Parts: sequence; structure tokens; C-alpha cells
Amino acid sequence: MKEQAPRLVMEGIDKEFPGVKALSNVNLTLYPGEVHALMGENGAGKSTLIKVLTGVYTIDKGTVTYEGKDIHVKSPHDAQDMGITTVYQEVNLCTNLSVTENIFIGREIMKNGRIKWKEMNKRAVELLKRLNLDIDVTKLLSSYSVAIQQMVAIARSLNVSAKVLILDEPTSSLDRDEVKQLFAVINKLKSEGMAIVFVSHFLEQVYEISDRITVLRNGEWVGEYAIEDLPRLELVGKMIGKELNEMSSISKERKSSVKGEAILHAQNLSKKGRIEPYDLELHKGEIVGLAGLLGSGRTELARLLFGADKADTGELKISGNKKVLKTPKQAIANRIAFCSEDRKAEGIIPELTIRENMILAMQGMYGWFKYISKKRQMEIADEYTKLLNINPPNPEQLIKNLSGGNQQKVMLARWLITNPEVLILDEPTRGIDIGAKTEIMKLMVKLSGEGMSILFISGELEEILRTCDRIAVLRDRKKVSEIVNKDHQTQHEVMTEMAGGV
Amino acid sequence: MLKSLMKSKLFWPIVILVIILLINLFFDRGFFQIEVRNGRLAGSLVDILNRGAPLMLISIGMTLVIATKGIDLGVGSVIALSGAIAATTVADASEGSLAPLFAAIALAIFVCMVAGAWNGFLVSRIGVQPIVATLILMVAGRGVAQLVTQGQITTVYYDPYTFIGGGYLLGLPFSIFIVVAVLLLALFVTRKTAMGLFIESVGSNPEASRLSGINSKNILMMVYIFSGFCAAIGGLILSSNVASADGNNAGLWYELDAILAVVIGGTSLMGGRFYLMGTIIGALIIQSLTTTIYSIGIPPETNMVVKAIVVLIVCLLQSPEFRSKVFGSFKAKKAVESEDDKGVTLS
Repeated sequence: MKEQAPRLVMEGIDKEFPGVKALSNVNLTLYPGEVHALMGENGAGKSTLIKVLTGVYTIDKGTVTYEGKDIHVKSPHDAQDMGITTVYQEVNLCTNLSVTENIFIGREIMKNGRIKWKEMNKRAVELLKRLNLDIDVTKLLSSYSVAIQQMVAIARSLNVSAKVLILDEPTSSLDRDEVKQLFAVINKLKSEGMAIVFVSHFLEQVYEISDRITVLRNGEWVGEYAIEDLPRLELVGKMIGKELNEMSSISKERKSSVKGEAILHAQNLSKKGRIEPYDLELHKGEIVGLAGLLGSGRTELARLLFGADKADTGELKISGNKKVLKTPKQAIANRIAFCSEDRKAEGIIPELTIRENMILAMQGMYGWFKYISKKRQMEIADEYTKLLNINPPNPEQLIKNLSGGNQQKVMLARWLITNPEVLILDEPTRGIDIGAKTEIMKLMVKLSGEGMSILFISGELEEILRTCDRIAVLRDRKKVSEIVNKDHQTQHEVMTEMAGGV
Repeated sequence: MLKSLMKSKLFWPIVILVIILLINLFFDRGFFQIEVRNGRLAGSLVDILNRGAPLMLISIGMTLVIATKGIDLGVGSVIALSGAIAATTVADASEGSLAPLFAAIALAIFVCMVAGAWNGFLVSRIGVQPIVATLILMVAGRGVAQLVTQGQITTVYYDPYTFIGGGYLLGLPFSIFIVVAVLLLALFVTRKTAMGLFIESVGSNPEASRLSGINSKNILMMVYIFSGFCAAIGGLILSSNVASADGNNAGLWYELDAILAVVIGGTSLMGGRFYLMGTIIGALIIQSLTTTIYSIGIPPETNMVVKAIVVLIVCLLQSPEFRSKVFGSFKAKKAVESEDDKGVTLS
């Protein structure tokens, strides 16, 4: 492989934003027919590097050589024409258009000024077949799951005769089978000679699929390694710049027995088509995990506890009192907080600053007459920016300018400020780096130690096993069992339940 | 210093306003003169403020609606409705008493706020798209106004009524005081209470706002009611100015001018951040433009075209993308500045 001429070489890339040096002297070399993992923490410069390569940003300094020639990519369209395409972390498709339209958007097949729908639909089906996907391409994209939308995004980039394919966090919203399917596709494309850049926070997946790794840290190039020369622990060390044993030291002393009255007690709660009736108890200072595959109803279960959706049946007791939650506002008044998994759609208010995003829920509690003074807002924002180590440490920055992990921390701050008794965290660690994940999990353990009850939803079983006292397992929109997290057996038990018992 | 000044959302609107006023000075040396006539201030600038009062008022209401990612096309009709109700109420009133005046004002404002509430209801409770929901009132409101005036132009012979739009206080037109009062009210509610934050968050991301415990339905309701309130007062001023009510033509196209004023002022039609002071300047730009076109003697038939061209230039100057494209080539520094407007993801 190495004897081949590289398809793409980026050398000495610099990129500066006002006040921030996002990239300095970064290199990246891609060979045809390889999967190249780009690793780094949040803010390491992965996204910036990708955006520089695809022409979203201009390069301040450095050279890009593509198939032996110096190139200057001026725009994403330019990059696509050269054969460099990207599938972004948050799927950027138009859900109100059909699958075909999404695949061909901007590159419709035309004849005499008219769009040839039949041909396009046919091509779309073929493209998706390459991804082992057989769906009705004339239906609206919104009628399909996020996983399928992701595949459509990939199909779109295949439509352009791509030579370099960049996958930015492609697996973050896929379940196990879908990941397998995606990897089959990646391997196929690889064998066809495509150079693939793979950005992911899932180490296992990186080691499963990649050939080589480039590591970035704080906008600087750390090194490039063949996958077999870089054991996981070493990789993590290089990413965060220190040896990491902290991950394993999170595990807290678990409460051996459940005691006292439940803070939150759901009985027979359900919503038609979303989640079957379930019972759940949450005690003071307890962390309960919700495990299950994608689409197993984890989020749906949690939303009922927060009043984000209204339950059809069942009842909910909060500290022993029966309550009906029709709106999130009522749940918040009962000191329940819910940090949504969909940061972009349900979390951040992009146009507002970090400070305003933080105090929003608290101000919502107070109502609009009792305005939290600017001074107090600043104090709160400063405190939590420091506490959660938010970067940039400037509360007046617009939240849309932050990286995913930092946005997530702001969301956490928004809820911690309300000082809840029950904190529901739906995939708080999705799409963020190991350092931030560890910070968030440590924080959870600390908060539960102080008496906060936490409902923790995560697709990564490891995280749940490491932090939770009890684990509720869901399968096919139903809560199937509840397991006390005690020993090495637990993982096996949970996985068996997730997969379907027996 | 200059840099941070230029980054202010108000910078370009103010520059444009100043340019328009300077053009006037070129044609009429006495343009900036303000003299005291019969104990009243008089001059072109005072005229612009006075004549622009209804538009400024309506634009204030429109700003908050647009900040919630909405739009209120009904304001023009509400102006007509307000004038019709007030004029009909005072039509036969006797000079001696002020009671009919206050009754007319109260009734007009009340009905128009109900009209606003209707818009708010359709948008927030039924979920009709704002442009469609308010289109209903745009058509229906004018119809109701004509019903109120029975299809006639109602003339008012009750002197106190003309004070609203034509009166003077402390040497200044009374309408200016009304604008200042409503502006202060809006500024107070949006900047000294959490209302502004809620409006911006609902406009920027309604679902996230709901999950943060904000009752976005009520927020929407309130901005449409407030827009109705502003349009009511604007309608009173307009109707009082001519001492009559014309259900057919009063406030015609005001909704479009108001939207324009809001956009010139820097508030995005996509909702989110809003700029009340920017809107005021936007409304003044539109008004001084109209005044200028008349005063420098541009033939009436080319009026609309000239206005359109100026508005186009204003909008282009407002756009950071356009500015960096045009001025960026010889001023690389500025391009960097506009970069952070677009939002940069660091990761």
C-alpha cells in the first residue's frame, strides 16, 4: 500500500480564527484504498481540518497536494467536483424532500432543461443497493430513521464520483447492526480504491475499520501511526496528552441496597406507539441506567418522566405525591431536569450566547417577571464555565460557535443551575471526545454522591456499567428487565436482555 | 474603536440614514434648520419624525413578531380597523367632553388587541403558519373596518380627536411622545424582564425552548397581541391626522414597510436576535426616503422605482457576505471579521 503514490497530502496547514489558533502545522496523508482515522479530543481541530480540506474555510498557510498536483479548494462544491466529499456528523439533509431529491440535490439529471425523475429514481435505488439498502426512494426523507438518513447522506457522496470520502462521526447515531452494515460499505469502497477519512469517538470501531491513524491535539499534529503500532491506551494518551488511568477509576462505591422512598416512581406509564407500559423507581442519590439498542424506546421512556410527551396511561409519583406532567415546565417545577440527546434540535438555542443558554431553564422557572440580573447571570455563567471547563471560557460567545462537547457541557450547566433532584441525561456523551466523556461521568458520580438521582441513557454499555447502580434494559419499545449492577456477570446479563433474552 | 463601532448592528443603518439626510441637504440648504413657529418646533427633521411615527410604532410590534420567526401581515388592516372604530365612536361626540376621546382610544386598542390575540391563537394554538394565519386578518380586518364605517369615509368633527396625530406638546408633535412611550415600554419589557430572552429563544429554537420549560405558546400569543396594540395606536395617529377613517385605504401596505424597517434594522426574518433601535432607524430611513423623493422633486411616477433601488442598496450594505465580497478584496482584514458572523465551529 505504502509504495503507492499518496492520493492527498496536506502539509503544514495553519488556520486561525479571531482569537483562536485552530490548526497549526498539521499534516495529513491519504493513500488510495485505505481507511484513515482522524483522532483527537473536542477542539483538537478535526472538524476544522476537514472543513479546510473541503473548502468550507480557506487555508491560512500550508499546501494541499491532490493526485500529485497542488490544489486550492475554494468551496465545498469545488471540492466535490474534484472528488472530495464529506458526510458530516450531524446529517445535513433536507428532511422535507424525497430520498431521491436529497441524493441528487444540486446535481439533478437533466435533459432539455427538465429533470429526468425516472432515471434519477432508478439511479438512487442503485446507489442505495450498493449500501445494501432497499427503500422507497420517492418517500420523504423524514419518514426514515436517522440511521437510514445517514446512509442516504453517504449515497449522496457516492453519487459524485468520489475519490476521497470523509465520514465525520458517521456511527454516532447508528445501532450495532447498522454500524456493521456501514463498515461493510466502507470496506467495499476501500477495495474500490477510495481513500476514506474516518472520524469517530468509538475506539473499538476505529480499531475495527482503520488502517492508519492521525492524531491531533489542541490544533497541533501529534503523529501518524499504523494501527498495529498504536495500542489503544497509547492512542488515548496521545489524544489527551497524558497517561489515562482515570477512566477506570470512576467507578464509585455502589450502594449495596436500595433504601427509602422513591423520589420518582412510575407505574404502568406508557404512550401508544412510543413505549409500552413500564414501572420504574428512582431513589435518592441513585444512578439508574437505561440500556438498549437504538430505537428500543430509551428516549421515549425518559420523555414521559419529563412531560416532554404526555403519557397515555399510568401514573407518576414524585416524592410520594401523584403528579401528572403535561409539559416540561411542570416537570421542571417538580425539580426534574432532562438533557436531550438531540443537542441541535432540542438543546441549544444557536443564536444566543453561552450565558443566555445556561440560564434559560432557571429563568423559565422564575417566569418572565423575575428577571435574573445581568450581574447574577455573569456570576453563574463564569462559575459553570470554570466548573465544567468550557472552552472558550467566554460566556458571551454564541453557542453555535462551540464544538459539540462544549455545547453539551453548556446544556449540562443549564440543568445543573436549576439544582434538580432528578437529572435525566439522554446520551450526554454522544459525539464528544473521551476527555469530555470522562469529565461528564465523573460529574454524574459526584452529583449522585451529593444526593442527586440520575437517569442515565447511553448507547455505550461500558459507560452504564461503570456508573450505574441499577440498569433497566429495553427492547422493542418495552422495558424488559432490571438488573442490579454488581459484578462482571452484569455485562453479560444486560447484553443477553438487550439482544432478546434466552 | 472604529472596528467595534462598525461591528455594531446599528452602524450601517445609521450610515445610510445619514447619507439620505445629507442628500437632502445638498438639494435644500435649509434642510437641517429647525425653527420655532408659534411656539412649536418646525422643520424637515421634525416632519420626518412626525410622519414616521405610525410606521415606527408598527415596526416595533413587527420586530417582536419577526423575532419569534413569525410575521404579521395583518397590521395594515388593523390600522384601518383601529381608525374606523375610533372615528365612528367620536363621530357624533360633542366638543365639551373628553370622555368620547378616551372611550374611542380604549375601544380601538381593545378591539385591535383582540385581533392580535386571534392571530396569536391561530399561530400558537392551532399551529397555522404565521404568514397564512395573519393573511386571514389582512383580508378580513379591512372588511370589518369597512363594515364599521358602512363603506363610507367617516369624517370626524370632534376636535380633541385630532390632537393624537396633530397635537403638540412642549413644542414637539404629540405623536413623537407616543412613539417614545411605546418604545420605552417595549425596551423595558424585553430588556428589563426575561421577555426578550424568551422571545429570542423561542424564535431561535422553539422545541429546545419548550424543553427548557418556557411556555412558547404564551410568548407567541403575547407578541401578536403587542403587534395589534402597536398597530392600533398607529391607526389612531393616522386617522386623527386626517380627522377621518377610510376602511379601504388607511394603512395600506404598512405591513410591508414595517417588515422592511425591521429587516433594515438588522433583525433576521429567521427569528432569534432582534434590534428595536435598529428597527426605529429602519423606519426612519423609509420615512426620510419618502420625504426625500417628494422634496427633491423626483417625478411621482418614478417614485416606487427609486424607492426600490435605494432599499436594494440598503439591504446589500446590510449583508456581511456582500460587504466582504465587495470591500474584502482590498481589505482582507474585514473578511476575517465577517467570518465570525457566520459562526465558526472549533473542534
